[in-house]
Amino acid sequence: MSGFGNAFSSSIGKKFIMGITGLFLILFLIVHCGINALIFFNDGGLTFNVGAHFMASNWLIRAGEIVLFIGLLAHIFQALRLTLQNRKARPISYTVTDGNANSKWYSRSMGLLGTLLLIFLVVHLKDFWVVSRFTGIPSTDAQGHEDLYAVMREKFQDPVRVGIYLLGIISLCYHLLHGFASAFQTLGWNHSKYNGIIKGAGIWYSIIISILFAAMPIAFHFGLIQ
Amino acid sequence: MNLTLKVWRQKDNKAKGALVDYKIAGISPDMSFLEMFDVLNEDLINKGDEPVVFDHDCREGICGMCSMFINGRPHGPKDLVTTCQLHMRSFKDGDTIVVEPWRAAAFPVVKDLTVDRSAFDRVIAAGGFISVNTGNAQDANNLPIPKLNADAAFEAAACIGCGACVATCKNASAMLFVSAKISQLALLPQGQPERYRRVQSMVAQMDAEGFGNCTNTGACEAECPKGISLENIARMNRDYASAKFVSEETM
Repeated sequence: MSGFGNAFSSSIGKKFIMGITGLFLILFLIVHCGINALIFFNDGGLTFNVGAHFMASNWLIRAGEIVLFIGLLAHIFQALRLTLQNRKARPISYTVTDGNANSKWYSRSMGLLGTLLLIFLVVHLKDFWVVSRFTGIPSTDAQGHEDLYAVMREKFQDPVRVGIYLLGIISLCYHLLHGFASAFQTLGWNHSKYNGIIKGAGIWYSIIISILFAAMPIAFHFGLIQ
Repeated sequence: MNLTLKVWRQKDNKAKGALVDYKIAGISPDMSFLEMFDVLNEDLINKGDEPVVFDHDCREGICGMCSMFINGRPHGPKDLVTTCQLHMRSFKDGDTIVVEPWRAAAFPVVKDLTVDRSAFDRVIAAGGFISVNTGNAQDANNLPIPKLNADAAFEAAACIGCGACVATCKNASAMLFVSAKISQLALLPQGQPERYRRVQSMVAQMDAEGFGNCTNTGACEAECPKGISLENIARMNRDYASAKFVSEETM
């Protein structure tokens, strides 16, 4: 490895890790959102439970889950290191700053949004991941699959939980609004012919993913799907 | 115009500074921001006080010496101008104007509003040059350069090294400056032989100086008096990846 020197420990190297893991998590969200959106078939969760069963039983997906956790931890760990370094780079802060004059608030608040996301993630993993992997899903559906759909329906009867999920999704939306295009810029993929596409795709991606995710607790809570 | 100034006064690098209030009267809207400071300093000298120390040189927006963080923005409220080219007509009679020095660990305050920007010089000295003499001007067609590259190199070379990018960045990152100095050479044929050594040594020096890390907020590009583009940072990142993962040369 000596040939690579400080490839990942320099300032730009650390940013590469943020960008690569960020894009990886963006890809994961597409899969996550896609499988979850099967609930909108509104067939009592039969289709969704097939998807959930596949995700829980396929060995390739289970191995991918480990890579996902490594990617997530790398993203968090690297963000902490970078933030601490950035704090040290300005030991005395300004009395007056006018950040809104030159940048978007959410681009300057990625650390705060990320922390909110992490808190949400702890609640979220406890709600579903721990149940489906460890403590066990209590019932099965008509086709004999574990009824994760029923777990969702039951959890989202609680308005506080729905509120926490919506706050988490809003944080996610703004985190993605900056993060998507930012990852491309960090990895050097800035090109006059593609910049518009990347920026546009980032905005559409963030909004569509967030609306789909937000629709899930809302639909369950208000009984729009059974 | 009558104004209230809140100016950062700091005796030296070790001293603890503070904002000091000054009332100033009879300022013409046609004065530059620095001329307004000249008036303030003349008042202070006449009263037997210490004048405010600030950096300036050409006063025509091309040398990169003037700085000043004015009302929360480097070089004040106008886009694409340096402090010396900022005029008092950009403010209103009776305004309160807060003036602070650039704040970054890599830019220690020397006195009042003057900071030591020699960190930038050391980044340049680490590789922001080509190591051979280019000789006399060649025949125009000896070395064909695509217009697109020539223009992009020229735009990068417009960087005057004032440090507004570092000052405005929430992370005090110098990546806009360093990437401009890398790009102006990386885009031209003369810069190619040392292209991948250069990006590594300049980035290493930038890190050693204690600048922060870019988070792509775009504040630097918005505040740069010369309009240096973020695409330079992407080019630097790209060249850095090439240097580390594609080039067979190790450093």
